[in-house]
Amino acid sequence: MTTAVTTHGPRRAERTPARRGSGTIVKLAPLLPACALMLVFLAGPIAYALYGSLTNTALSGYRAADPQFVGLDNYAQLLSSGEFWQSAWLTLFFVIASAVVGQNVLGMAVALLLRVALGPLRSFVSALVVTAWVLPEIVAAFALYAFFSTDGTLNAVLGAVGAGDTAWLVTFPMMAVVLANVWRGTAFSMMVYGAALSEVPPDVTEAASLDGASGAQRFFRITLPMIRRSISTNLMLTTLQTLGVFTLIWVMTGGGPGTQSSTLPVLAFQEAFKFAQVGYGTAIAVVTLVVGAVFAAVYVRVLKPEVD
Amino acid sequence: MARRRHFLATAAAATLALTACGGASSGGDDDGTIRVAYQRTAQFTQLEDVLEKAKTEYEAANEGRTVELVPIEAEQDQYFTKLALMNRSPSTAPDVIYEDSFQVRSDAAAGYLAPIDDMLAEWEDWPQFDETAKQAGLGDDGKTYGVSMGTDTRGIYFNEQIFAQAGLPTDWQPTTWDDVLAAARTVKERVPGVIPLNVYAGRAAGEATSMQGFEMLLYGTGDELYDADTQKWITGSQGFRDALGFYDTVYSEGLGPDTSLMLDAALGARISTELLPQGKLAMAIDGSWLPGAWISGENEWPEWEQTMGIAAMPTQNGQDPGRTSMSGGWLLSVGSTAADPQAAFDFITVALNRENALKYDTENSQIAVRKDVAQDPEYLAYNPSFEFFSSLVPVTNFRPATPDYSQISANIQVAAEAVATGSQSPEEAAQAYDEGLVGIVGEDRTQAAG
Repeated sequence: MTTAVTTHGPRRAERTPARRGSGTIVKLAPLLPACALMLVFLAGPIAYALYGSLTNTALSGYRAADPQFVGLDNYAQLLSSGEFWQSAWLTLFFVIASAVVGQNVLGMAVALLLRVALGPLRSFVSALVVTAWVLPEIVAAFALYAFFSTDGTLNAVLGAVGAGDTAWLVTFPMMAVVLANVWRGTAFSMMVYGAALSEVPPDVTEAASLDGASGAQRFFRITLPMIRRSISTNLMLTTLQTLGVFTLIWVMTGGGPGTQSSTLPVLAFQEAFKFAQVGYGTAIAVVTLVVGAVFAAVYVRVLKPEVD
Repeated sequence: MARRRHFLATAAAATLALTACGGASSGGDDDGTIRVAYQRTAQFTQLEDVLEKAKTEYEAANEGRTVELVPIEAEQDQYFTKLALMNRSPSTAPDVIYEDSFQVRSDAAAGYLAPIDDMLAEWEDWPQFDETAKQAGLGDDGKTYGVSMGTDTRGIYFNEQIFAQAGLPTDWQPTTWDDVLAAARTVKERVPGVIPLNVYAGRAAGEATSMQGFEMLLYGTGDELYDADTQKWITGSQGFRDALGFYDTVYSEGLGPDTSLMLDAALGARISTELLPQGKLAMAIDGSWLPGAWISGENEWPEWEQTMGIAAMPTQNGQDPGRTSMSGGWLLSVGSTAADPQAAFDFITVALNRENALKYDTENSQIAVRKDVAQDPEYLAYNPSFEFFSSLVPVTNFRPATPDYSQISANIQVAAEAVATGSQSPEEAAQAYDEGLVGIVGEDRTQAAG
């Protein structure tokens, strides 16, 4: 579909070479509002955050009235801080465990199972999974807090078999937030993969099975490569969304106990608003942005969505 | 065509949103409105009562002026953040601010507050305020940035019924930290199901952890946070490690609340409205204002007088003066962007006149800083705990009043939580605090403990 649009342009331009320049401008003009909005609402804040991370702005005190430009001091402090590295590893763990592995694999599994499920069961399960996705983040967070908290649902259920006194949010904070994010985000992957799987032409898999390919071979050799672009897009979206998860962790564990579940967004918030170091907190936010960009670049390179 | 219309609608909506942002009213305009920012929580409504009364009185006396009350519904820790964010933009900065005494220097340095010395000089009631109250409002530059509403002290509340059950004396007065720990161990052993002792330890509890918790201990060791003579912050003191050692003992022996309760941001509220009244907590190191909520209002608990005993916090080994306490208090300040500072100040004079100060100091269990209120028989008779808490004033301590205190206080909370959760030893946590301290104030403004 995209090829049709791009070949259309040059052909017309060949016919009227003299008006080539103005024609391009006319064609690009409708994009201008979008570009302007992107500049104002996306590039603007990012540039401002970059600048803010180079100052020692605070919420109160002299540095709130008259912040100084401190160059890369915040970043130097950040890279030499044990808390930051711990937080960076926790973030990586959180993203890989809950998004890349949890949401993607589980989403794919549910999508595959739903294809062979009976009609009523299929609607019932999808409705159930999608409910978690439909809930606003804060509601989902409170629901999961109620589930995992010491006198919560999980312990009440476990209490029935005589094992209900674990403080999940304190003893296993990362496990709790990873499971919470998987619970909340799987529906998205399920829907993306469900749509992608239904686009795979049945005659291709049929031909493969006639050639003697087993179920697993058909899935890994035929289906997966054919929906590669959906996988890439889905990985990118879930990764970036998970990287930015704040409310869920903040409500469930507050980043604690101590800093045991402080991912980068939580650490940035704590530094900026709890310790009043806005400049330092902004530096952490910028690093988070860079991590997101790295993930995106890796997906684009490895999965090559543009090559057919 | 449909797509196009959709796009136009979106563009129009975006344009509208943009103009709406630009058109927000700015605080500089004098439209005769005084915006008052203050804290309100489920169990802290006494301030709102007084401000509402003052609003009615002020509006009746000043035709054409209105007072807009802007409650910030947050626990203490979040209140500072929300207030600071409001103050950062002139369009949201309030005209009158309910301000904690430890934030005054910091916020004055940040340019959020306006000096009020000239107006105070003309206020006939100002001589009624005692010296500590006048000190509380001073900024780094020696100007006054707020009018004190009252002060407070801290002690140990204990449940006499639980103590009787555990075989402890109901006129209990510990003389050392070990006495406190011994009582806690006795309660743990003899009254199962009751939390023996609360000493605030979580970061989520904010300033309560620094002040009701850590500093109540530290200032009983002979060491302090800050040397007022050399104007330097102290690192590596034995007292600091010992205070953290107390946390270590309490939480490693299971004498304190369990971890999830300790880390609860609403712990302070739960202690006064739930844990103490329901007899689930035997001892609480807490502030003199607690009975305020028990005497009247939604969380009324008339039996508190028969149930609760109050003891002074002992010094570490009973060294002089034997007892210790910490004092803070809150002020009303004028915002630096107030369109009419005089009007804002006039509202403060109404809110803190004799009648309203009496109402606030009694209902919120404050130690009165107005001499005429402190001597008022109605004040003295209102709350039987006033006499005890006022008696702590001679041994009380104040937090270091520097603009950096609030950030350093946050580091204290980190240290206390790390020790209480067992993730760091007292030595490690003290070391981490020292490093954080140098990071905040710089090497040249610290000194090693002598």
